[in-house]
Amino acid sequence: MGSIYLTNKKNVWCPGCGNFAILNALIKALERLNLKPESVVLVSGIGCHGRINQYVNVNSIHVIHGRVLPVATGIKISNNRLTVIGHAGDGDAYAIGLGHLPHAARRNVDLTYIIHNNMIFGLTTGQVTPTTPKGMRTRSTPYGNIENPLNPLLLALVSGATFVARGFAGDIKHLIYLFEEGIKHKGFAFIDVLQPCVTFYNTYSYFRERVYRLEETDYDYTSFKKAIAKATEWGERIPIGIFYKIRRETFEEQLFQLKDKPLVQQEIRINLEKVYKILS
Amino acid sequence: MSCKSNRNGERRMSVKSRRIGLNGDTAVAYAAKQANVDVISAYPITPQTIMVEKLAEYVNNGELDAVFIPVESEHTALSAAVGASLAGARVFTATASQGLALMYEILWIAAGLRTTVVMALGNRAFSPNINIHCSHDDLYAVRDTGWIELIAENVQEAYDLTLQAFKISEDKKVLFPSTISLDGFILTHSLEALYVIDDAYVENFLPPKDPVYPIDPNNPITYGPLDLQDYYIEHKKLQDYHFENSYPRILEIFQEYSEFTGRTYKPIKTYGLDDAEVAIMILGSSAGTARFVAKKLREKGQKVGVISLTLYRPFPVDKIKEATKGLKALAIMDRSLSFGSPGAQLYMDVASALVNEREKPLLFNVIYGLGGRDLTPDQVEYVFKKAQEYAKEGEVKELKLWVGVRE
Repeated sequence: MGSIYLTNKKNVWCPGCGNFAILNALIKALERLNLKPESVVLVSGIGCHGRINQYVNVNSIHVIHGRVLPVATGIKISNNRLTVIGHAGDGDAYAIGLGHLPHAARRNVDLTYIIHNNMIFGLTTGQVTPTTPKGMRTRSTPYGNIENPLNPLLLALVSGATFVARGFAGDIKHLIYLFEEGIKHKGFAFIDVLQPCVTFYNTYSYFRERVYRLEETDYDYTSFKKAIAKATEWGERIPIGIFYKIRRETFEEQLFQLKDKPLVQQEIRINLEKVYKILS
Repeated sequence: MSCKSNRNGERRMSVKSRRIGLNGDTAVAYAAKQANVDVISAYPITPQTIMVEKLAEYVNNGELDAVFIPVESEHTALSAAVGASLAGARVFTATASQGLALMYEILWIAAGLRTTVVMALGNRAFSPNINIHCSHDDLYAVRDTGWIELIAENVQEAYDLTLQAFKISEDKKVLFPSTISLDGFILTHSLEALYVIDDAYVENFLPPKDPVYPIDPNNPITYGPLDLQDYYIEHKKLQDYHFENSYPRILEIFQEYSEFTGRTYKPIKTYGLDDAEVAIMILGSSAGTARFVAKKLREKGQKVGVISLTLYRPFPVDKIKEATKGLKALAIMDRSLSFGSPGAQLYMDVASALVNEREKPLLFNVIYGLGGRDLTPDQVEYVFKKAQEYAKEGEVKELKLWVGVRE
């Protein structure tokens, strides 16, 4: 494909995996934004999606299960001139690492958080996750899931996220637009992507029949009330697009320590010689 | 199966068994089902996942009358297990590597509150970098926390030790949680033929749990309240005392199970030690490879032996002292690292167990197999050769050797 944002690492996702759409849309969004590869940091978690850091030619770190947001937050605060993009699966973001989502959202750290939401644990071969629909048979719920699924968009909204969107891996063009907008957004951008898992939960036709773009309606994404109502719409028709977007001061903008330049470019103001003298 | 002698001439079981094929994960799940557990809480992680999937299937099929909680993290898996155990249930969970690391604070709580949780570990390397294959990092991470640690060498042992773990943990002279370690992929995913006890006989060995001080609304008690300078140290001394005193009881339960099934369980296994001059000590599935090489070398007249452990905590100090008597050199092989320590974990254990002995072998540490790297017979032979060299020269030239590493 020849993009400067792509590595030549052999891709091992299943043919037809929704991850390909997310990867390609990200590459296209980075191209459109014309970001220098060395100024972008990609943080990925555990699961099939996690390999994305091997395929995108930017700085990257593959962290432990569920901890994309804390690591991404640390990177952003240390060098707020970097563009930091977190990738996590639904197992990562909504099960083991859910505790971090509300806090990153209310803090409004300038990050983009892209969730590869396939509603199943794909890498461990098909167990129930917090977004698996009720009644669904999985390897860990062979007679049907008895738990209600989580509504991630509602959670992000009520936690104070300033950019809340949903994409579908079957609509790459739209996904490119969401990623571009999300990365451009100053503040915490949360993008949940409906991602079919061709091996354990193939939802391509299910979603294709149901999704519609909010951008093709007269929906107004600046209204919190409307966003809440829209986020509860799920059934015969499933909205994708930007649900909510407002500008609020970011966490970093409020840190006086970062007023002049990023932390990493500041000199250490401790006189180490003096410290050694005191200690010796 | 009636009374027959097996290869070692031991009397074969007064209990009915059958021979089936299972991998390590399904064998552990089968044993947990036969133990008739009440609560299973777990989170998927390779290479353990099959265990809990299988148990979910048993529960959903109605084959096992238990509650299966598909929790949202390993921290929750063990926390839920602690709660269920204190409420009086027989509890099973399983994990590996990072899952175990996330459980770490609850490991101490499960032990300190004297729960009887049984947990299987599909041994897997810690990150970074991400690796799903076998190291013993997780097994060693449990060693200070107050859990009984059992280590399987093959699928049969994984099954047998799971049944014994419930008996050990719930015994009133023990009351500590247990782990059963089985090498990730090498055992968790390998199909082996094994004997499983017929369901009707299991209860003869493992009766239902008789909980001690369960949570009871009619007789309310508090678990784990604030305990500061005034009493904390006394409580820890008591815990330590009881943990050490669980050792003789564990040996009795091993003996009981051996008589029950005809398969011998002892805290340590020795091979060729009657006349061995040098030996290897090793854990898990690699012990078989070490014995295979030792047998070949012994046929050539070399006096070599192998020691492996079935019980890692409490550490069988007396048996190790006894087994190492007369050895000139002992290679202690670790499938893990303890950065900045005098040696890796098993090495430090053995070294401190032998430190005050008047006669003891020269000890050295061998690091092998990290992240699933195969241990080959050639490498084992090299380790024996080094041990012989050190024994002959009377000194250890290199305390820490690595085998199977590209230079």
